[in-house]
Amino acid sequence: MNQPSDIRDRGFLLFLTLFAGLYVALIVGMLLADATYTTPGDLLAALESEEIRYAAKLSLTSSTITALLSVWFAIPIGYLLSRTNFPGKALVDGILDIPIVLPPMVIGLSLLILFQTSFGQAIEGLVPVTYRIPSVILAQFAVACAFAVRTMRVTFDQLPERPEQVALTLGATRAQAFWRVTLPQAGGGALSAGLLAWARALGEFGPILVFSGATRMKTEVLPSTVFLELSTGNLEAAVAVSLLMVLAAITVLVTARALGVRRGW
Amino acid sequence: MIRFDSIALIQGSFHLSNICFEVPKGAYAVLMGPTGCGKTTVLELLCGLRAPMLGSIHINDTDVTNLAPGARGVGYVPQDGALFPRLTVGEQVGFSLRVRRLPESEVISRVAELGEMLGIGHLLGRRSSGLSGGERQRVALGRALAFRPSVLCLDEPLSALDEDLHGEMCSLLETVHSETGVTALHVTHSGSDAERLATHQLRFVSGSVHEISSEAAEE
Repeated sequence: MNQPSDIRDRGFLLFLTLFAGLYVALIVGMLLADATYTTPGDLLAALESEEIRYAAKLSLTSSTITALLSVWFAIPIGYLLSRTNFPGKALVDGILDIPIVLPPMVIGLSLLILFQTSFGQAIEGLVPVTYRIPSVILAQFAVACAFAVRTMRVTFDQLPERPEQVALTLGATRAQAFWRVTLPQAGGGALSAGLLAWARALGEFGPILVFSGATRMKTEVLPSTVFLELSTGNLEAAVAVSLLMVLAAITVLVTARALGVRRGW
Repeated sequence: MIRFDSIALIQGSFHLSNICFEVPKGAYAVLMGPTGCGKTTVLELLCGLRAPMLGSIHINDTDVTNLAPGARGVGYVPQDGALFPRLTVGEQVGFSLRVRRLPESEVISRVAELGEMLGIGHLLGRRSSGLSGGERQRVALGRALAFRPSVLCLDEPLSALDEDLHGEMCSLLETVHSETGVTALHVTHSGSDAERLATHQLRFVSGSVHEISSEAAEE
């Protein structure tokens, strides 16, 4: 009696699996292509290059700083958007999405122009930014923070408000209720926001190329290395560096996820 | 004593108007009414989690209408307990005392006292995630009572409990009320809970709160 329904259910599951399978196959296919194109020798050669080691170090350090900064900003912004209403909220909400939708090159160009204004020049007077390491972090942060904000907003939206309200009736200030009750529950969301920001920052190329340049041993990050190696026709090195980025990203994502699981996030 | 004077509230399509009632000091009032009539909203107004558009709320002759929730001396036990998931039971019960910066020895002693009174002493080191429905309600009750509030708000604390636990919790509420002398406002659907616990019965009828019985009147 149930057979037609079973067949329909199986058909539906097959339909879902087909699309999931195709996309997973595309991702795995790309990674396999990289892995089989390069050799351990190419990878070692890439690791032995002083320029590439510098770029890897700068990429990992700047992405980590960017991720921490992004979460630091995203938590208060996400909480503000989730828990409060204020005039112009829809406008602020829309502005916060701009870095997500703007072409990366435009973000780099906009940062470059901002630092040519009198405001930007005043900052340059205090801390040199453009075409220097701070510009790498700022270019990464400009994009990555928007993704972290979205993640934290959704996290706070999904947390029930009642425990926080109970904390208020118990004599806590709003700040105490936030720090002691709400924020500890948002640990998993903060970890996801940080990972997303870190991954975005690691892969950022367009804004860095425009705002920081791609000067070797100075502002070169791994995506710039891929571009520089490709532009000189050194495909083997470009693929080896790409694979290094994949390995670094997988290591960090898996470690952070394991840490999150251990803490019950 | 709790007194609502001509309270009005509009929130989207929901509105309350001219809500007036009084609960004497030390009474156990039970507020009944159909789903969606505004029983929980009355508790939120009393706790300071919602502000009325009109009218005033008094607790023990103090106008608390514009006071912050924490300054009202109202203990609140929400429907599902709304426990703090990242804190242990002991930390939750001591929460109100720690935010008041009481000496740690006093906090520990009060938490132990409530742990014994509510039968949750063995749970003090545990987190709330694995607790049963009855345990959650006891912890929420302990958390609300720790700072010795003058008023206790209970939002359907018995609705999710099975029959045995229901009777046990009713007895516990009676004990808590007689031992602490707190003025209680308990929201429920259940007429039998009201019969058992209430010294004053209030009911929402056509958007107004009416007192339908009190022990004093019966006597």
